[in-house]
Amino acid sequence: MSTARVAVLRFPGTLDHESAARAVEGAGAEPVFTHHEDTALPAGTVAVVIPGGFSYGDHLRPGALASRTPIMGAVKAHAADGGKVLGICNGFQILCESGLLPGVLRPNASLSFICRQADLEVADAGTSWTGGRAEGETLSIPFKHHDGAWFGDPGSTRVVLRYRGENPNGSIDKIAGISNLAGNVMGLMPHPEEAQDPLLGSVDGRVLFAALIA
Amino acid sequence: MSPTMGESGRPLYEELGLLAAEYDRVVELMGREPTDPELVMFSLMWSEHCSYKHSKPLLKGFPTTGPRVVMGPGENAGAVDVGDGLAIVFKVESHNHPSAVEPFEGAATGVGGIVRDIIAVGAKPIALLDSLRFGTLDSQRSRFLFRRAVEGIGHYGNCIGIPNVGGEVQFDERYEDSCLVNAMCVGVVPHDKILSCAARGLGNRLVLIGNRTGRDGIGGASVLASAELGDDDADKRPSVQVGDPFTERKLMDLCQALNDANLLVALQDLGAAGLTSAASEMASRGGVGLAIDLDRVPLREQGMAPGEVLVSESQERMLAIVEPAKMDAVVEMARRHELDATDIGEVTDTGELEALWRGEEVVRIPSLYLTDDVPFYEVPRDAAPAEQPIDLADVPEPADLAATWRELMGDPNIASKRWVFEQYDQLVGANTMRRPGGDAGVVRIPGTTRAIAVTLDCAEWHTELDPYAGGMASVLEAARNVACTGAVPIAATDCLNYPNPDKGSTGWRLAESIRGMADALTAIDAPIVSGNVSLYNESPRGPIYPTPVVGVVGLLDDASTSMGIAFGDEGDAVLIIGYGDARVDASRYLGRCAGCPPTPDPAADAALLRLLAKCAAARLLTSAHDVSEGGVAVAIAESAMAGCIGAEVAIDAGRRADEAMFGEGGGRVVASCDPADVDAIAAHAGDGVAVTVIGTVGGDDVAIDAGGSTARLSLRDLAAVWEGSIPAALEAR
Repeated sequence: MSTARVAVLRFPGTLDHESAARAVEGAGAEPVFTHHEDTALPAGTVAVVIPGGFSYGDHLRPGALASRTPIMGAVKAHAADGGKVLGICNGFQILCESGLLPGVLRPNASLSFICRQADLEVADAGTSWTGGRAEGETLSIPFKHHDGAWFGDPGSTRVVLRYRGENPNGSIDKIAGISNLAGNVMGLMPHPEEAQDPLLGSVDGRVLFAALIA
Repeated sequence: MSPTMGESGRPLYEELGLLAAEYDRVVELMGREPTDPELVMFSLMWSEHCSYKHSKPLLKGFPTTGPRVVMGPGENAGAVDVGDGLAIVFKVESHNHPSAVEPFEGAATGVGGIVRDIIAVGAKPIALLDSLRFGTLDSQRSRFLFRRAVEGIGHYGNCIGIPNVGGEVQFDERYEDSCLVNAMCVGVVPHDKILSCAARGLGNRLVLIGNRTGRDGIGGASVLASAELGDDDADKRPSVQVGDPFTERKLMDLCQALNDANLLVALQDLGAAGLTSAASEMASRGGVGLAIDLDRVPLREQGMAPGEVLVSESQERMLAIVEPAKMDAVVEMARRHELDATDIGEVTDTGELEALWRGEEVVRIPSLYLTDDVPFYEVPRDAAPAEQPIDLADVPEPADLAATWRELMGDPNIASKRWVFEQYDQLVGANTMRRPGGDAGVVRIPGTTRAIAVTLDCAEWHTELDPYAGGMASVLEAARNVACTGAVPIAATDCLNYPNPDKGSTGWRLAESIRGMADALTAIDAPIVSGNVSLYNESPRGPIYPTPVVGVVGLLDDASTSMGIAFGDEGDAVLIIGYGDARVDASRYLGRCAGCPPTPDPAADAALLRLLAKCAAARLLTSAHDVSEGGVAVAIAESAMAGCIGAEVAIDAGRRADEAMFGEGGGRVVASCDPADVDAIAAHAGDGVAVTVIGTVGGDDVAIDAGGSTARLSLRDLAAVWEGSIPAALEAR
């Protein structure tokens, strides 16, 4: 049996593609780097990861230029067919800019970049993204962003993850990650690809990658 | 014929920063008057910043060889073997003067510059660190410089995707005008992929890669970096470069792709003095000549003079030597990375740097004149009078030890630097095992089970008072920090930040501190493989402290054995391991740069470093933390806060409590371990290193019994003052 293929998108300025690919491998799938100018996903793609970084140097708005590249047309078609899409940090911003998820990511309330380990509370145990964790259980996953305050109508989406404790960035309802109503498209500001290895302090990010092929 | 006159009515060479005697030497070497572009090139290449004309004779004292050294000083960065066919490449560099004039762009391009040095060696950058010094935070100017420099470092480093894993921040009024911004980058490269900057191969192409060339940063190395700061600094803003990290990231990816595909003969970054410096280094190093057609250099603006094209410090550019048959592949790969790669000339056998402009030859200089025939200067060695030791009887004893301790925890030099490092991406790449805030950053070497530990440190007060001891202390503190993670220090880099070497005793301090560093480095077997010198860090209000910043790289053969500073479990024993007495001289507790700092014992430090590595490999310690500023009391408080668990200890009965708690000196480490392992640790230590059990981990308070009285602070109280100090200093105004 061949392993499931997961497309890992690369735009100019994408930074986390290698760690995202390692996390995909860790979940037992085959990562395939996919260029922003491509018009189709690799044959046999079952899921898409849009990793973090500074695509196009954050010019215009974070994610704005990447959301208008040829590959995003293919990602939209994949999502419309019910295929899974996981957007991390800049990938989340790209999903919001492309309309696959509602809302926008605004600059942090502090107006500064923040890098910190966070406890994320499972707010909706009904999606596949949190691997059967009960509502209120936490995942320890780091976040690091300048524009991570989600703003929008929480009723238009499913709130999957919230920051526990103090609101670190001014996000509405302390939202850290959301999915579309259908549940197949997920975006979050924290970085599950950096919570894969006990040597690095946490393995709680594994559930989000396992969900890609669940 | 006489020298060209400049716009001010003074000779052009003088406006460009050359002395009359230096100009005469140029004429003598050339056998004629130089053309204007040639004179501009000499002025930059013979500036202190590019030539080290005051410091090079002294730097020869550093140990630079050893079994692990793959590439020593002289290339873009040094390289050391770390096993598995891999080398770690690193260097620290200053960007002080630009940051004092325009802190955001100055600090940002400081990061960009050091990253390109690592890229030029063919390596993949895996870590950044920075060492920052500003005036005290009650000064509005210092708060501005501090805020903006940190933002600039974050902006650039975050966007290029290299984790920032450590460094240091200090505040002292001596840095009010001349702030220090030193950045270090670490990369990894397989041995057989290391690139040299030496140009080779007659007829090979000279290729400019990356950004277009504009007027930014003209004269940065001479006007800014090789002169003292003054009241007209705002006018120097046009000499500060502007950074574009997005382009640098593309450049980094492209250079790695070109190297992977074996398309490069040599690579060099464009930094100070731009094309002039890059081309002359490549030619001199390779013993060849280079002919440049300036009309082929892609320009960003119109009307640039040939001299400007030759010395522009526009950022995000690299110069490569490429075989003619591989040119098409290079250009195509650059196109896919959305960058220019332009053939601007070729390798010749003349040994000369030639430049054509509008079809006419405007430059013809033997490259060695620029790189090797610099007039070197002996710095004056007038020793400062020896300092008198502090008499403890003259230091008033604190009425309330706990209150004094609490106050010390809130000293911005000791307080948590979270406000700084939270603005940096510490994790990108998913290899960061120990984040900023401990003694050293620990980064797994990608694809291996090994890790490196890295830190930057300096003991500037000690160097001011006793430069030989201060040079040693700077090296040994950095080495202890690395060893506290369990790593074995294997090599070092240095950034010597000093005032004007011709004034006062600066030249003597420079020479003596280098001697101290060299002796310490030899004792711990860590050669210097790269470095940087920044002189003239002074303003009309006075000089900075002599500040020899040392970066040490250590190796952990088994990444999983790394240690942190956080106390282990309830009931663990608390230990002090090491040598030396606590003294108040030049301590943070004394609060001023005065007295006789203790002279370190490098052999004892070397034994301590070996013991820490042995204990880590045997997993005997649950934490280790270097005792530095603020003494044992601060080290214990920091280990307790990091572990979210208190401790009860008793130290140095028979001494005055303040000296025992807050005194500094020697080589000491606060550690914790399972009580059952104390004997095994002592057995490893033998007679060489003292291991003393001072108490137990546990509870919600940190209590220190010293000199017959007990100081007690709750973890909550400690954390409030330690974490809150810098944010409060910034927000209060």
